[in-house]
Amino acid sequence: MIYHHLILRVVTKVLVGTIVLFALYVQFHGDFSPGGGFQAGVIMAVAFIIYGIVFGLRNVKRVFPEWLVHKLLALGVLIYAGTGIYSMFMGYDFLDYDALSPAYPTIGQHWGLLIIEFGVGVTVTGVMVAIYYAFAGRPPSISNEDW
Amino acid sequence: MADTAQVVEHTARTLRDHLPVLQVLVPFVTAPLIVLLGSRRLAWPLAFIASAVALVISFIMLMEVREGGMLTYTMGGWAPPLGIEYRVDAANAFVLLLISLIGTVVLPFAYASFRDEIKSRDHTLMYACWMLCFTGLLGMVATGDAFNVFVFLEISSLSTYVLVAMGADRDRRALTAAYDYLIMGTIGATFFVIGLGMLYMATGTLNMADMADRIADQGMNRTVRSGFAFIMVGMGLKVAMFPLHLWLPKAYTFAPSAVTVFLSATATKAALYVMMRFTFSVYNPDFAFATNTLEIIFIPLAVIAMFSASFVAVFQTNFKRMLAYSSIAQVGYMLLGVALLTDTGLTAAILHMFNHGLTKGLLFMGVGAYVLRANGSFYTQIAGLGRKMPITTGAVVIGGLSLIGVPGTAGFISKWILVEAALERAPEHAMFLAIAVAIVLSSLLAVVYVWRAFEVLYLSEPDPNSTATEAPLMMLIPMWILAGGCIWFGFSTELLHDTAVQAANGLLQGSQGMLVIPDQGGAH
Repeated sequence: MIYHHLILRVVTKVLVGTIVLFALYVQFHGDFSPGGGFQAGVIMAVAFIIYGIVFGLRNVKRVFPEWLVHKLLALGVLIYAGTGIYSMFMGYDFLDYDALSPAYPTIGQHWGLLIIEFGVGVTVTGVMVAIYYAFAGRPPSISNEDW
Repeated sequence: MADTAQVVEHTARTLRDHLPVLQVLVPFVTAPLIVLLGSRRLAWPLAFIASAVALVISFIMLMEVREGGMLTYTMGGWAPPLGIEYRVDAANAFVLLLISLIGTVVLPFAYASFRDEIKSRDHTLMYACWMLCFTGLLGMVATGDAFNVFVFLEISSLSTYVLVAMGADRDRRALTAAYDYLIMGTIGATFFVIGLGMLYMATGTLNMADMADRIADQGMNRTVRSGFAFIMVGMGLKVAMFPLHLWLPKAYTFAPSAVTVFLSATATKAALYVMMRFTFSVYNPDFAFATNTLEIIFIPLAVIAMFSASFVAVFQTNFKRMLAYSSIAQVGYMLLGVALLTDTGLTAAILHMFNHGLTKGLLFMGVGAYVLRANGSFYTQIAGLGRKMPITTGAVVIGGLSLIGVPGTAGFISKWILVEAALERAPEHAMFLAIAVAIVLSSLLAVVYVWRAFEVLYLSEPDPNSTATEAPLMMLIPMWILAGGCIWFGFSTELLHDTAVQAANGLLQGSQGMLVIPDQGGAH
């Protein structure tokens, strides 16, 4: 256990929850206010990255293991594409959200946006965390044979 | 008001309507699916099924548009020019067929080759990357939206860098090769997007057909011209046009064998298609600046590429590297065909794109088989393998003959038409006669470098310690499919030639006034 940086650790613990909450707000309020999947995903990833920076890579990987990161970033793309495929099965064009509620196209568009933005959010979170893991997890020096 | 259902007329789409998007979507969805399942055993079958489906789709689409006409698709029901439009006519259906054909045929080969060359824990992600690259190439070709081309170009390029870098398991130089390609490729993509930005500034639209109309309306101005220059340089990097080709030999030499096969047969071709599409469909064929550029700049560069790259290829000591240089020369032939600006020339370019895809795919597969059995492709390592691996080398010989352009092979047909195209314009200017002679002379250089490989394969003494045996069936079958293609299309020219003529006609017509706003589905 690390005993220095007490303030940083306390503040991080307080902030992480708020950051996640804010990310979810930006995610699901994105169709009414500035925001959306990309921004939300980055903010969400920040929560994990700051936790990793302050408490160490090993701890954050216990919360958000690497395999899960990989699955999530693939899952997000599939959520997005899946919405489009659903609309194709309903007889509409790819990604025509009218298909989600044929009787009320406006509502369909609304739902469609929410779902695909959720997919974007999931993928962006995954990608950002994966990039952080890749950089932070790099071995400190490169052995001679590697060149 | 809000709770009364709005009655919106909607005609349900059929599977046939969806073909242009399914072409791109099927491989695209497969990539994350492979990652999500994370199973080494499922990755290859999934990739293969998706490629085979893409092949079937591209074949159906080609059959529909080869007599003329086109298929359009509006993404999300948003009508062009605002929405993204996919537009498939004879020209891109032909390229789509080439890409999906090679993608499907190479995968069984890749299975055998990856097992030998790549650490098994990377296989799953490797196939995911492969599918992304495949998606990117198909998307670049299928779309009718200029910015969408850039997006797909980046998808294919980024995954290509990874695929090339994976060669590092065998040779660490793959890393620098991939890095070089990354820098050059990114510069190319940047130039392309700067060009698009200028066009967007001048026209306010991103739909290619709409762009063509607006460029024609406003006539010539500096923004439109510099946009053209940026796009040509950007795509020139991707095509490996002569002075911008430096990334290619390294990337092809050090990439894993199967990746080289796939890239050499598809990536430069897709970029060349984009080049043609922009020259003829966005800027139209009577846009004097574009056509002058082609004649004054592209023809000399193409001729230099034909000679210099072939000349360098003669002196290589590595079979794979030799073929990489030969690819640069072959790109020269295709660019020459485009720059001749006639129906015949463009037909030759499109046909050579396809035939060279088959030929080079086959030859690089041969290299892959030698790498598997003899652990390398240097001439010292493959010496005498013609005797130890007769079936593999038989296919390589067919590929080599097609590369030279011997009558009876696919390579002959396209070179013949190219010579014909040059001679057609000979009455205008003696230069074109010289070009026709240059095509024949540079083919003689091809004879030299291909003969050198044959000599090493058949006439040198094999290494007495060599334990090389015939390549596995997973490699031989794809090789002989392509070898069969090389011979088949050397005799039965009807399908390919007619389609190429149709494609060339379509391109040369330009796309002014071809913006189609569908009357259904766009009711927003």
